Amino acid sequence: MASVPVSHGLILAGVLFMLGLSGVLVRRNIIFILFCIEIMLNAAGLAFIVAGSRWESADGQVMFIFILCMAAAEVSVGLALVLQLYRSMRTLDADAASVMRG
Amino acid sequence: MFELLWLIPALPFAGFVVLALVGGRLSRPAAAVVGAGSVGLSAVVMVLVAIEFLGTPPPHHVYAQTIWIWLSVGSFSPAIAFYLDALSLVMIFVITFVGFLIHLYSTEFMIDDEGYSRFFAYMNLFVGSMLTLVLADNLLLLYLGWEGVGLCSYLLIGFWYTEPANGHAARKAFVVTRVGDAAMAVGLYLLFTRLDTLQIQDLMTRAVQAWPAGSALPMAAALLLLGGAVGKSAQLPLQTWLPDAMAGPTPVSALIHAATMVTAGVYLIARTHVLFTLAPAVMTIVAIVGAATLLLAGFSGLTQWDIKRVLAYSTISQIGYMFMALGVGAWTAGIFHFMIHAFFKALLFLGAGSIIIALDHEHNMFKMGGLRRQLPITFWTFLAGAGALSAVPLITSGFYSKDLIIWQSYASAQGSIWLWVAGLVGALLTSMYTFRMVFITFFGPPNAQANHRPGMRINLPLVVLAVLSLAAGFINLPDILGNLPFFSDFLHSALPAASILPAKAGYEGLFAVISGVVSVSGIFIIYLFTMRYRRLTGNLVNSSFGRMLHRFWFAGWGFDWLYDRLLLRPYVWLARIDKDDVVDLFFDGTAWCNRMGYRALSFSQSGYIRWYAAGMAIGAAVFIGMVVFL
Repeated sequence: MASVPVSHGLILAGVLFMLGLSGVLVRRNIIFILFCIEIMLNAAGLAFIVAGSRWESADGQVMFIFILCMAAAEVSVGLALVLQLYRSMRTLDADAASVMRG
Repeated sequence: MFELLWLIPALPFAGFVVLALVGGRLSRPAAAVVGAGSVGLSAVVMVLVAIEFLGTPPPHHVYAQTIWIWLSVGSFSPAIAFYLDALSLVMIFVITFVGFLIHLYSTEFMIDDEGYSRFFAYMNLFVGSMLTLVLADNLLLLYLGWEGVGLCSYLLIGFWYTEPANGHAARKAFVVTRVGDAAMAVGLYLLFTRLDTLQIQDLMTRAVQAWPAGSALPMAAALLLLGGAVGKSAQLPLQTWLPDAMAGPTPVSALIHAATMVTAGVYLIARTHVLFTLAPAVMTIVAIVGAATLLLAGFSGLTQWDIKRVLAYSTISQIGYMFMALGVGAWTAGIFHFMIHAFFKALLFLGAGSIIIALDHEHNMFKMGGLRRQLPITFWTFLAGAGALSAVPLITSGFYSKDLIIWQSYASAQGSIWLWVAGLVGALLTSMYTFRMVFITFFGPPNAQANHRPGMRINLPLVVLAVLSLAAGFINLPDILGNLPFFSDFLHSALPAASILPAKAGYEGLFAVISGVVSVSGIFIIYLFTMRYRRLTGNLVNSSFGRMLHRFWFAGWGFDWLYDRLLLRPYVWLARIDKDDVVDLFFDGTAWCNRMGYRALSFSQSGYIRWYAAGMAIGAAVFIGMVVFL
């Protein structure tokens, strides 16, 4: 079975990361921003997996487990913040939160 | 017992720490016990040390104790170290003993004051600093104590800080003494750079080896130290702060501005006497400063109506005597007068305080009058103090100490007939202003009703000090009265004897009689002026010349006015016209740049989360780019 070249995996990770980043920058709905952050995290995770298989080491997969845990924690905090935002602002528009600037 | 020496300054400091930390929560009796008790314990330790010093003197009559090395830089390693010899023993005796009596007095005097524990905290800090000053074995530690007592003086003059005038008096005292302290600091730098040490004893031996007598360097050093002494001891030309310092509570005036701190200048000169001996011209200056100050303050004392200001001018004048003694090389006479003066002047201030408190904080002597019957203990003790201050012959200690100075100002090798005349005129003035105060306050028609009877803790210190004011002179009897100079002999292990010219030595008895007659006639003259011929005195003062002279003397010879015109106003004027100068441009520019930076940065704080995310992404990209490409 022919292995996928490393460069393909890394390019895919890069593309996913850029997609996520541009989503964070252009989206206004805060839930979509959270989705995009997840995509960026998974892009980073993919890069770890690819690198791990390239070096034939388990470290990359260990790191991916870490990232998964971190993402779960981050989503729980993020969703709590989203709820708070919705309660106080009656909207999911992230830009509406700019009234909080000091 | 000598090992306990460090406890003497440490105990008052410990009292200060306790009072400063928990003083607000202590009850009044507890604060009094801590405040007076720490100084009392210190006095007990002092007595133990003194008994051993007198009984089994240490080798060379010197005991040195190093607590720890303060700092060590190259060859310069001043220590926290104490040096006990006859001179510092006399000083710590006066400080702890008189200090304890004044603390005891204060426990009753200040009882209604809301700053009770704060008062004792400052007083303990003062006693600790003063003990450090006199026990220090190097000039750096001495300077620490020197500044410590200055700080406490400032804090205690402005103790009743809600009155703006008191704050002003405190600042004035601080700033004027600062002028002297700056000179003294420069003197220390000079000594250190030239002789490479600040250990007082090493300094003295090296100065003798390195510098010939009368050369420029010891003169400069002695002059600079004299500057510090003049500031602290309120001598000409820096005497203006002391009369205003009377704004503080009366025990403060007794302890700091009469008995101890103001004599620190006398101590400094006596301690560095070797240096002054190398500079005969500066010694002459010391004598002249003393003589001029004692006359000037004597005249001013004659015209005051505030009882405490009379005593303040009298203190300036008596320290003038001590300076005159130091200036003619009569070291032991100066220190003897210091000790006796501490007794009777503390007594007079405490007596004045008990009058002031009895009359609900009345300072004006002309509103007192006839208090003899109402305050008998105060009257008799005050009379003892006044007698000692006026040097009434034979029965008061002041006679023995002051007569010794007046005599040696003539008879010693550096003395002169003019110093003797100044001393005599000063003695006349002293008994005049002193008994003017006594007659106006205690005799004549009663003008006021004493509302408070002074209690035990006020009367006891008065009685003890009165006994000392009368009897302490007997430890140093002059030639004509049996020649028993115990005190001078005791001090000679630390200070050289005055060199009496043999040609003049025979006249001592005659001179003692003259000064005794002068002192008594001063009392008689003022009796005529204030009691017998009041109307004549009134006419004299109200004549145009008399009024002018009165105003001039009342204002302390116009020194305040002079300094105001000469220094204050030009300075304020310069400050006003120099409000926006080139240098300010720099500081204004800094402020402007900061303001611009603040605006730019606060603009970036938009509140849009996307901007922040973009900023982070760009930043990360830049850093990764730097790592990859550079």
